[in-house]
Amino acid sequence: MTNRARNVYLVPYLLWMALFIVIPIALIVYDSFFDVEGQFTLGNYGKFLTPIYLRMTASSIWYALLITVFSLLVAYPAAYALTRMKHKQLWLLLLILPSWVNLLLKVYAFLGIFGTYGFVNGVLETLGIGRHQILFTDFSFVFVSVYIFIPFMILPIYNALEDLSPSLVFAARDLGASAWTTFRRVVFPLTLDGVKAGCQAVFIPALSLFMITRLVAGNRVITLGTAIEQHFLVTQDWGMGAAIAVFLILAMVVIMIVTGKRQKGGAR
Amino acid sequence: MKELVRLFLAVLVVAFGLMYAVSALNKSQGYSGANTLTVYNWGDYIDPALISEFEKETGIKVIYQTFDSNEAMMTKIAQGGTTFDVSIPSEYAISKMKADNLLLPLDHAKLPNLKYIDPRYLDLDFDPGNAYSIPYFWGTVGIVYNPELVGDLKFDSWQDLWDPSLKNNILLVDSAREVIGMGLNSLGYSLNDRNEDHLQEALRKLKTLTPNVKALVGDEIKMLLANEEAAVGLVWSGDASEIMDENDKLDYVIPKEGSNLWFDNMVIPKTARNIEGAHRFINFMLDPKHAARNAEYVGYATPNAEAMKYLPEEIASDERFYPKPEITDKLEVYANLGKKMLSHYNELFLEFKMHKK
Repeated sequence: MTNRARNVYLVPYLLWMALFIVIPIALIVYDSFFDVEGQFTLGNYGKFLTPIYLRMTASSIWYALLITVFSLLVAYPAAYALTRMKHKQLWLLLLILPSWVNLLLKVYAFLGIFGTYGFVNGVLETLGIGRHQILFTDFSFVFVSVYIFIPFMILPIYNALEDLSPSLVFAARDLGASAWTTFRRVVFPLTLDGVKAGCQAVFIPALSLFMITRLVAGNRVITLGTAIEQHFLVTQDWGMGAAIAVFLILAMVVIMIVTGKRQKGGAR
Repeated sequence: MKELVRLFLAVLVVAFGLMYAVSALNKSQGYSGANTLTVYNWGDYIDPALISEFEKETGIKVIYQTFDSNEAMMTKIAQGGTTFDVSIPSEYAISKMKADNLLLPLDHAKLPNLKYIDPRYLDLDFDPGNAYSIPYFWGTVGIVYNPELVGDLKFDSWQDLWDPSLKNNILLVDSAREVIGMGLNSLGYSLNDRNEDHLQEALRKLKTLTPNVKALVGDEIKMLLANEEAAVGLVWSGDASEIMDENDKLDYVIPKEGSNLWFDNMVIPKTARNIEGAHRFINFMLDPKHAARNAEYVGYATPNAEAMKYLPEEIASDERFYPKPEITDKLEVYANLGKKMLSHYNELFLEFKMHKK
C-alpha cells in the first residue's frame, strides 16, 4: 500500500477525531473562561479551589478508587477462571450480555431489588436477619457501580491472560515454583497491561458518575459528575460546569501518563 | 460487504416508502400544514377525548407530542426544527423563553373564554398582562406523608419535618428551588429571598435536617413514596395526587408558613405556523366545561373559576388541592432570580447535599 492511499484511509478517522474530540474539548476549555453573564473570567477556576468543590473532588476520587479496587478484585479471578473454561466464548458472552441492556434500566432495577420491601430485604427477613436500609447507602452505590463496570475490567484482563503463553506457566511450575509464586512472579506481571487498561476504563468514568449517585445513592454521594450535570442542566452556568470538566480531563491525562510510564519501566 | 450495502439500501427504500405513504395519507384526508396543529405538552397532561372533540369541532388535526422537562422543551423550541404551535411551560420557563424571544404574543380578542379564569391567577409577575401565556393548571409544593407511620405529626408546619422521630424517613425532591425555598419558608422568609444572611441561615437550618433525610431523588420519588420506602416526602402537588392515586393511605398537606405556587401555562412558541388554530385550541381549553373535564382527568387544580362549578363536589372542595384563602395568601410564585442568584441557590443546595449525617 502506498503512503498516499494510507493517508486517504485516515481521512474519515481524522475528521471524526476533529469533529467529535478536538473541537468539543476546545469548546469546553473556551466555555470555562466565561461566567453566567458571558464575561471573561478566571473565577470559575477560583471557585473550583473553594472547600465545596475540593471536598467534592476528594469524595469523587475516593469512590472511584473503591469502585476500581472492588471491580479488580472481582474481575481478575473471574477472567482467570474464564480462560480455563471449556466454552470460553459462551461464558464471555454471558458476562458481557448485561452491558447490552440500557444502563438506566439496570440501575432502575436496583431500586426494586434493594428497596425496603424489595427482593434482598425479603430474603433477609425470611432468614431472620430483618429488614435493613440498603438503598441510598454507600454500599449500594459501590455495589451497583461495580456491577456496571465489571465487563470493562474483565475484557482487557481476559485478553491479556489469553495472550499469555501457557508454556511460560508450565516452565515456571517445572522449575519448582509453587502455584502462588507462579501467579505472583509470572502470570500477574505479564498481564499487568490488561489490569492497567481495565483500571483506566473503570476509574476514569467512575470519577464522573452522576446518574447512579441520584438513583441508588439518593444524592448522599456527590461526585464531580453531579455538579457538572447541575451546572449544565439546572443553573445553566456552563462556565463552571466546563471548568469542572476541564479539571476532569486534566486528571485523566495525568492518570494516563502515570500508568503509561510504569508500563515502559516495569513489565516490559 | 455486498450484503451490507443491500441491507442499507433496503432500509432506505423502506424509510422513503413510509414517508411517502404518510404524506399521501395526510393529503387524502385533507390534512396539510394549514390545518394541523402540533401541541407540545407534558406526558399524560390532557384528556385525550378533548383532543378528538377539538378535531371534530374545528376540522384541525392535532399532532400531540410530549416532553418531560422544561429544559428539554426549551432546547427543542430554540432549535426550531419542529413546528410546535402550542406548548405548556412552567412559569419560570416562560420568563426565560420571553427573554430569549421564543414566544409569540397572544391576541386576546381571539380568546373570549379568558374571562372565565380566576383573576387571582392572571397578570402575574412572570407575564404581566398575560401577553404571552394563559394559565393551564396550577399547584403547590407540600408534604406527602403516611399517617400510619408518623405518629401525631400533622405537618401543618414545616418544623414537623425536623422531628427526631422521622430519622432517615424523609425523601426530598432533588431540586434547588424547592429545598432551599422550604428552608427559607420554615424560618418565615420568602422563598425568593436574596439576602445572604437569610440564605446562610436557611442552609444552616437545612443541614440540621440531614439526619432525617433518606435521599434526594428525581421523578422516582413518586414510585418510592407509593411503595412506602419512606414515610414523608417533599413534593409538588401534582406528583402528590399521582402518589395518592397509587397508595390511598397517604395524605398531602401544605404547611401554614407558606410554600410555592406554580403554574403551567399555554403559550404559542415562535415555531408556530398555525397561529389561528393555536388560538382556537387555547380558547377551546379555556371553555369551563372542557377545563373541568380536563382537571378531572389530569388531577391538577384548574385556574378556571367557572369550571369549578362543573367539577364533582369532592374534587372542588378538596382543600389539599384547592386550598382555602388563608393558605393561598401565603403561597408565592417563584420570581426569576437571575442566573447569578440561581447559581448561588444551587451552590447552597450542593453544600446541603454534601453535608454528611
